[in-house]
Amino acid sequence: MLKISPETYAQICANGEFAYPDEGVGLLLGRHGETRAVSAIIRLQNAREDDARRNRYLVTPQAMLSAEREAEERQLDILGVYHSHPDHPNLPSQFDLEWAIPWFSYLITTVDSGKALESRSWRLKEDRSAFVEEPVQIG
Amino acid sequence: MATLKIATPLRSYTGGLAEVHLEGGTVADAISDLTTHYPALRGQIFNPEGKLRAFVHLFVNDEDIQHLQGMDTPLGETDRVMIIPSIAGG
Repeated sequence: MLKISPETYAQICANGEFAYPDEGVGLLLGRHGETRAVSAIIRLQNAREDDARRNRYLVTPQAMLSAEREAEERQLDILGVYHSHPDHPNLPSQFDLEWAIPWFSYLITTVDSGKALESRSWRLKEDRSAFVEEPVQIG
Repeated sequence: MATLKIATPLRSYTGGLAEVHLEGGTVADAISDLTTHYPALRGQIFNPEGKLRAFVHLFVNDEDIQHLQGMDTPLGETDRVMIIPSIAGG
């Protein structure tokens, strides 16, 4: 289960709404255990070219290197990635599957006409064949 | 003996370790040592053809090895290697 504090979830939604009509992206930080408790985020720059940012996101390895260091300094784990699907259901795409990493939680938020509606979280199977949904709890 | 920092999503393949110490004079030697000790990591780092996966990047002291000598980049005792995934989706 992915448990997200209300304050952090509000930041995730705000990020998706601010980025609209492009995809917003960032990292989920917190503690790893039987329940993954998300207590903070790191907003990241969507490095895709202008005309691709509405349905694609990219975070450069240099940005990931900085994020790893920030998480280490804050003594938190990077638990996964969040991104928004502007005017699109919160289901992972084939492209999401091809680039996903097992273990990470992938939280996808539908942003409809600029308003964040609902989020669902997915984790890639070890054999990379499919995503499995994980429950999300806000609170 | 260089130090290798393991990114969070890969720690499940190293028994939870965030850092390991590796033998080898080059990045290729060190990664070979790593995957010998943690064979489950091999499939996450390399594709079936034995090439680094597209989303896997190796840094030595904050410099991407693509800007150094690639897998032949030499390693000293105090060098710090990091495996960093780039993140993409749609």
